[in-house]
Amino acid sequence: MTSLIETENIGKTYGSVIALSEVSTVVNAGEVTCVLGDNGAGKSTLIKILAGVHQHDQGSFKVEGEEIKFSSPREALDHGIATVYQDLAVVPLMSVWRNFFLGSEPTTKFGFLDRRKGKEVTKKALSDMGIDLRDVEQPVGTLSGGERQCVAIARAVHFGAKVLILDEPTAALGVKQAGVVLKYVAQARDRGLGVVLITHNPHHAYPVGNRFLLLKRGRALGSYEKSEIDIGELTRQMAGGAELEALEHELRGVEA
Amino acid sequence: MTVTATAPPAADERLGKPRAMDQLIKRPEIGAMLGALLVFLFFSVVTEQFLSVGGAATWLDDASMLGIMAVAVAMLMIGGEFDLSAGVMTASTALVTALLATQLGLNVWLALLVSLVFALAVGALNGWLVMRTGLPSFIVTLGSFLALQGLNLGITRLVTGSVQVSGMREAAGYESAGFLFASTFQIGGTSFYVSIIWWVLFTVVASTLLMRTRFGNWIFAIGGAAQSSRAVGVPVVRSKILLFMTTAFAAWLVGSINILRYASVQANQGIGLEFQYIIAAVIGGCLLTGGFGSAVGAAIGALIFGMARQGIVYAGWNSDWFQLFLGVMLLAAVLVNNMLRRRAERVRR
Repeated sequence: MTSLIETENIGKTYGSVIALSEVSTVVNAGEVTCVLGDNGAGKSTLIKILAGVHQHDQGSFKVEGEEIKFSSPREALDHGIATVYQDLAVVPLMSVWRNFFLGSEPTTKFGFLDRRKGKEVTKKALSDMGIDLRDVEQPVGTLSGGERQCVAIARAVHFGAKVLILDEPTAALGVKQAGVVLKYVAQARDRGLGVVLITHNPHHAYPVGNRFLLLKRGRALGSYEKSEIDIGELTRQMAGGAELEALEHELRGVEA
Repeated sequence: MTVTATAPPAADERLGKPRAMDQLIKRPEIGAMLGALLVFLFFSVVTEQFLSVGGAATWLDDASMLGIMAVAVAMLMIGGEFDLSAGVMTASTALVTALLATQLGLNVWLALLVSLVFALAVGALNGWLVMRTGLPSFIVTLGSFLALQGLNLGITRLVTGSVQVSGMREAAGYESAGFLFASTFQIGGTSFYVSIIWWVLFTVVASTLLMRTRFGNWIFAIGGAAQSSRAVGVPVVRSKILLFMTTAFAAWLVGSINILRYASVQANQGIGLEFQYIIAAVIGGCLLTGGFGSAVGAAIGALIFGMARQGIVYAGWNSDWFQLFLGVMLLAAVLVNNMLRRRAERVRR
C-alpha cells in the first residue's frame, strides 16, 4: 500500500537559517504519526510544508506516491490534506455553521447560500463525530477551546480530507478537554484518515500514536514505531538528559 | 432585508424558547435603529418642517449620498480594511467625467464609462498595494487620498485654469444620463431625488451579498481572521481587492450623481467625507477591527446623519452644533456596539 504522505530527507532554509534538514517520515491511512519536539524544533516548518504554506527546498515529498510541491494551502486541500492550526482554526465572530462551511459553502441553484442545508449538515456532521452542540447559529467565539478544535476537526473530516494535520491541538487545553480532543483524533483515525499530530506532550501523543517522529533543532532525533518505544523512553528522548530530572519531578506531580 | 422564516431542523431540547430581546440584540444594526428612532422623534417634535413630505425629501436626499458610500465602506470595514481615499474619489470620478465631456467633447455616457474604469483601477491599485505591501490600509489609502487630492487640483487647474469644471449641460447625452442619475420623482406632489432609490438599491444588493452569498461569507471571514480564512481556501487577496473596488465603484456612483445634478464640480470637493462614511458605518454597528457589521446598519447610520444635519437647520440652530452632535453620537454608538456585542456573545453560553 502506498503511504498517503512520505517525506525523504526533506529540508527547508530561510536565507541562512536552516529550519529543517533531512527529515523522513510516513503517514498511512488509519494511522497517527506524531511529531514531537520542543519550541523551535522545526515542527511548524514541517507541517507548513505538508500543508502547502511553505515549499521545501531539499529532499522529496510524495503524496500517494506522487512527487509534489504545493504552491498554496488550497492546492494541499485539493489533494486531501487539511490542516487545523492551534489558534487560528476558526473565525470567532462567525456562527458555527458559517465557520464549518467556510470556503466550501453550499449554494442553492440561484447561487445564494443554502443556509438551511448549511445548518442541517453542520449539525449532523458534528453529531456524527460525537460533538453535540446546542445551536449551530451561535458564534464560534462562545465555544470552549476544545469545542473549537473539534469543530475544525469535524470540518476537515466532513470535507473528505485524507490527511488531517493537527497543530498542537491540545496545547492550550485543560486535562479533560485535551482528552476530549484526543478522542476525536482517534475517531478520525478509525475512519481511515491519516493523522499528523503535532505536540510537545508525549503523554498526549503516546495513547493515540502509531509512529513517533522526534525533532530537535530542525533535525530528526529519531523515528519510532509504537512497538519500538515505550512512553518513558519517549519522554526521555524528548527532554534530553539535562532537563530530565526537572521533568520527572514535574510528571510525578501530575501523576500524584 | 429579506428574512425567510424556515422552521429550524429538529429543535434542540436544551434550547429554551429564544427570547425576542436576545434575538434582537444579536443584530449589529439594532443600536443604530434605536438612535435613528430617537433622532426622528426628537426633530419631529422640535421642528415643524421635519415631518412634512418636503422635509423628508430633503433629509432623505442628504442621507442617500452619504448612505451609498457608507454601505460600501461598511463592507470594506467588515472585510477588515479602511479606505481614506473614498471621499476625494467622489470628486475625482466627477472631475474625470466632466473634463472628458466638456474639454474633449465626449458623449456623457462614454465619459461616465471611462470614469468608471478609472475608479475601478484606483480601487484595484489601493487593494493591490495594501495586500502586496502588507501595510495597514489606513496608511496606504491615506497616501492615495493625498495623491488624488493633488491630482484633482493640479490637473483641473492645468486644463481649465480654475479649480472648477462646469458647462456639463451643453455636453451630448447629458439629458439621458441625468435621467438615470439625477432626476426626480413625485410622491404626494413633492419631488424626491432618484439618488434615494440608488441608495436603497445599493443597500439591498450589499446586504443580500453579505448575508446570502459565498462571497459575503468570505467578507466576514477575512475581516475576522484572514489567516484562518486563507487556510481553508478563501481567496483573501482577491476578495479584499474586490472590496476596495466596490468602494471605488460607489464613489463613482456618487460622483456621477453629483456632476449630473449640479452640472459642475469643484476640484476640492469630497475632502473630509471619508471620515463621515466611516462614522456612519460605525454607528451602523461595524467594528473597527473588522469581521462584524451590517450594510443595513450603515445605511441607517447615514440616515441618522441626514436627519440630524437637516433637523438642525429646521430647528434654526447654527450648523456648528452638528459637529458636537456627531462626536457625541459616535462615542455613544461605539459604547452601545461594544455592549451589545458582548451581550450577543454571552447569549446562550
